Amino acid sequence: MAKNTNKQILVALVENLPGVLNRVASMMRRRNFNIDSLTVGRTHKPNLSRMTIVVDAEKANGRRIAANLFKLVNVLDVKLISEEPFVSRDLALIKVRTDDVDSRNGVTMICDRYPARIVDIGPKVAIIEITAQESIVEELISELEPIGIMEMVRTGVVAMGRGIRILDSDYEPAINVPIASSNLDATGV
Amino acid sequence: MKLSGAEIVMECLIREGVEIMFGYPGGAILPTYDAMTRYPQLRHVLVRHEQGAAHMADGYARATGKVGVAIATSGPGATNLVTGIATAMMDSSPIICITGQVSQGAIGSDAFQECDITGITIPVTKHNYLVTDVDDLAYIIKEAFHIARTGRPGPVLIDIPKDIQNAVTEFVYPEQEIVLRGYRPTTRATNEQVEDALELIKNAKKPVILAGHGIVMAGASQELQELAERAQIPVTLTLLGKGALPENHPLTVGMMGMHGAAACNFAIQEADLLIALGMRFDDRVTGNLKTYSPNSKKIHIDIDPSEINKNVRVDVGIAGDVKTVLAQLLPDLKGQRHGEWVAKIREWQEDGDERDILHHDSEGKLFGAQVINELWKFTGGNAVTVSDVGQHQMLEAQYYPHQRPATMLTSGGLGTMGFGFPAAIGAKFGKPEEEVWAIVGDGGFQMTLCELATAKQENVKVNIAILNNGFLGMVRQWQEFFYEERYQATPMFNPDFVLLAQAYGIPAMRVTSRDQIEESVKFARSHEGPVLIEYVIEKEEIVYPMVPAGADLDQMIRRPKPGEVQA
Repeated sequence: MAKNTNKQILVALVENLPGVLNRVASMMRRRNFNIDSLTVGRTHKPNLSRMTIVVDAEKANGRRIAANLFKLVNVLDVKLISEEPFVSRDLALIKVRTDDVDSRNGVTMICDRYPARIVDIGPKVAIIEITAQESIVEELISELEPIGIMEMVRTGVVAMGRGIRILDSDYEPAINVPIASSNLDATGV
Repeated sequence: MKLSGAEIVMECLIREGVEIMFGYPGGAILPTYDAMTRYPQLRHVLVRHEQGAAHMADGYARATGKVGVAIATSGPGATNLVTGIATAMMDSSPIICITGQVSQGAIGSDAFQECDITGITIPVTKHNYLVTDVDDLAYIIKEAFHIARTGRPGPVLIDIPKDIQNAVTEFVYPEQEIVLRGYRPTTRATNEQVEDALELIKNAKKPVILAGHGIVMAGASQELQELAERAQIPVTLTLLGKGALPENHPLTVGMMGMHGAAACNFAIQEADLLIALGMRFDDRVTGNLKTYSPNSKKIHIDIDPSEINKNVRVDVGIAGDVKTVLAQLLPDLKGQRHGEWVAKIREWQEDGDERDILHHDSEGKLFGAQVINELWKFTGGNAVTVSDVGQHQMLEAQYYPHQRPATMLTSGGLGTMGFGFPAAIGAKFGKPEEEVWAIVGDGGFQMTLCELATAKQENVKVNIAILNNGFLGMVRQWQEFFYEERYQATPMFNPDFVLLAQAYGIPAMRVTSRDQIEESVKFARSHEGPVLIEYVIEKEEIVYPMVPAGADLDQMIRRPKPGEVQA
């Protein structure tokens, strides 16, 4: 898995209530933590939403953010997922110019080499969809740039830890609160 | 039993043990004020400005350890609370603020006196609520008190739309214990952490304890004393930690930090082990973080996990209740001696004593330090003092030693000028048996002096000591040191405080010389209600020692010894 040392990925399980996103965003702003992307969506459990937050921060700071998120009453669980093996995906819709044969062929050839597909095509433009790791999405974008990107939208990163460690507040121990390095696993709940 | 939302508020407050509320009525909170008429056992104190209500609730909470309650109406009533809420947040003081809100149908329409107080207070509350269903109300209030008083305590705001206050429903009190999936304060250390901490203590040659507000709030003074005595570890205190250990205890060194005792700061810098208990390494106690206590191992015990490794990297970080964790440590703590280390600290203390202004010839002048020192003497060192913010606050911390926890209340974190006087009123309501002194400066007092009317109306026995130097003294001191004495916006025109008090019907006295101080204390004690005493002090006093902001902790500007000239 790609690991960018400056980017930390946090996953938070939150109660699906009005204002929770505001509380999270407010805390991040107040503590001067820089949000790179933040996505939120429902989970398979009623009343539970899941956030994936990508931040520009060092690892130590990632732990601080996790501790501050965990303090919020509506946040049930937090994990600094980039400390462990994880899978992440970013989805982008990219509208490119396809108004001549060269551009049309170029787009088709580029898409073949990526986990991308053309989801809409007309005489002037095409919409390409890609779902991949953020870095691969970036690569595709840089390849499409010379052809002519008209419009683009991205969902931001969603991520999940690999293996059997499941982020779920019913699962104990729920969280490793960041303690000194010598006591990494200690929460004393 | 069918009750209105407003009556449910009263029922729930009574069940939480609330005796007193500080507040100010207005349109959107009127149903709740009307319900008060049916619950005479709940005392309501009418303030003159909502900020005062929040500070009074805060002072009450700090003095008693119970939750303080403030009530205000929507819009400006609610926004006026904000300074008080932020003050309580920074100092972890448990208060509940109940605000009226416009009816739900009008929310979002910019209705008269509408404002998004839950949005505004997200960053300055531990948690807050906008009630949208009267059937949730009782549970929310119970939950709010639980959150306010447990873990790291803090302010919680409940915003109640007017239609919810009026709505009638079957009242069923939620008897079950509050269990919140997203809120489970940690309390205990693991065995491993206890062992690691004990190992560091065992190997330390020059250990120092840093005791903070957490000791006071957790009621852990006895555990602290046992730790200090058994392992013979000198104790330094934060501003809000004053009284955590009796200040006349031989192991108490004094207050640390920017205006702390030099001996404390030297000891912290030279220590080989810091044991930080219920404190958070605020910039006012650390100075330059890069050079802070460079050679020490560090143990940090605090209830709030996010405080550990926030400012200072520590070797053993324990998120837990400091009383519980100390009780876990003590059984296996071996007795120790640190004779040389303690002697060295004593030397630093003696050097500090020599420089003390009390040992200088004051040439008949009246200094703030002398006023505080004499107040300490003539109140038997046993009063509850509530200070405001500025030079007098630091002088109080230096010259009024406290022997009991929760007897020195002040706005430490936010440094809120205007806090002292209203907080003293709240403290007196909470501790009627104590002698309560508000020690304020002429600047801060004028920010909330409207509460003189509250004090008079309630006839609450608070003694107000104004240290009047006609300056915003602490700012002036910074201007003197760091801005070449350009006293921009610090000289003050002041009212005649004695006449002002008399206008409120409050007995008052002016003191201009040292020999009147004893008499002023007698004067204060001879009246039943509030009393104001103005101490006219030297205009250009300086609080020494001083660590300039961002400087190394041991790089203090110090008062010269008698006969020496300032370098």
